[in-house]
Amino acid sequence: MIFAFDIIILVFLVVAALISLSVKDLLSASMIYGIYGFLICLLWAEMGAVDVAFTEASVGAGVSTVLLIATVFNTRRRSSD
Amino acid sequence: MLSKVFATIAVAITGSILLYGVSDFPAFGDPHSPANAGVPGSESVSLYFIEESYKDTKVPNLVTSVLADYRGYDTMFETVVIFAAGMAIFAILRVVGNKEEEVSREPVENSFTNGDHSRIIVGTTVRIVVPVIQLFALYVVAHGHHSPGGGFQGGVILGASFIIIALAENLNAALRRLSEQNYVRLAVVGIFIYALFGVMAQVLGRNFLDYGVLAPLLFTDGPEMARSHSMLGVEVGVAFTVTAIMFAIYANLSSRGQLEKGL
Repeated sequence: MIFAFDIIILVFLVVAALISLSVKDLLSASMIYGIYGFLICLLWAEMGAVDVAFTEASVGAGVSTVLLIATVFNTRRRSSD
Repeated sequence: MLSKVFATIAVAITGSILLYGVSDFPAFGDPHSPANAGVPGSESVSLYFIEESYKDTKVPNLVTSVLADYRGYDTMFETVVIFAAGMAIFAILRVVGNKEEEVSREPVENSFTNGDHSRIIVGTTVRIVVPVIQLFALYVVAHGHHSPGGGFQGGVILGASFIIIALAENLNAALRRLSEQNYVRLAVVGIFIYALFGVMAQVLGRNFLDYGVLAPLLFTDGPEMARSHSMLGVEVGVAFTVTAIMFAIYANLSSRGQLEKGL
């Protein structure tokens, strides 16, 4: 567990979360959500929970991003609020 | 606008309460915390798993032995939850019959590598990469005892390989490899494999999912190896269900339940 590495990942994590909430284009929001999932995966791998990190990498960063994009393509691309 | 202000205030208050709660937590990796050392005066559960799980099950990966053996009941119904989620999406989205318009498309011989240049590049890359992904998925399922991985992760990766085919070409190309009939079958068979291990233990006179008693059926010498092998069988069942449901969710979402063309 390296403290500086943790801080860098956590800062990126918060930034990614805020951007994916605030951006109007839902496609970009889904992509940034994928980045968020991957950062969480890095954080877990770094804390020693490799199994959880593996699941997050495949489910959170991989498949769920694809599912969100598939949903965006079949609805509207712009957020209304 | 006003609701946003109130939402921000609520989030700020909840967040500060949660952060205040964190200050009571034991330090990261503290060997004397209740989670690691147990409540004073009683035996620690995690200590038992760390010390005894290899003797009990001959599985080096502690996470797998807890997930698939000690808490096998939990994992079984997690798989059932995934199955139910897939069936719910199927029930909401799937449109049976009553096609909107029947577009007659010329059946292309090899639509991976026909068409414009970007499609050729993507199609060829996918054709090279997909076998590697699928092989890796099988490795993750089979090697979950020794390294991180197991049924859920391997199943998701295997399902993702079909999704990649659907993304690179179209949904029909992926459905030719794993048809709707087959993925529903695969999902059901996965849960049945899991339940079969539990019921077999019951038939032999022990509790549900108590694998140790399956030793004579699995041709192993002793309950430890039987537990290890049963875990592999159970993981395979989980992988079946997860593969099928991941692909089913994508197929129904991307084509609005028509199961045609896709994105």
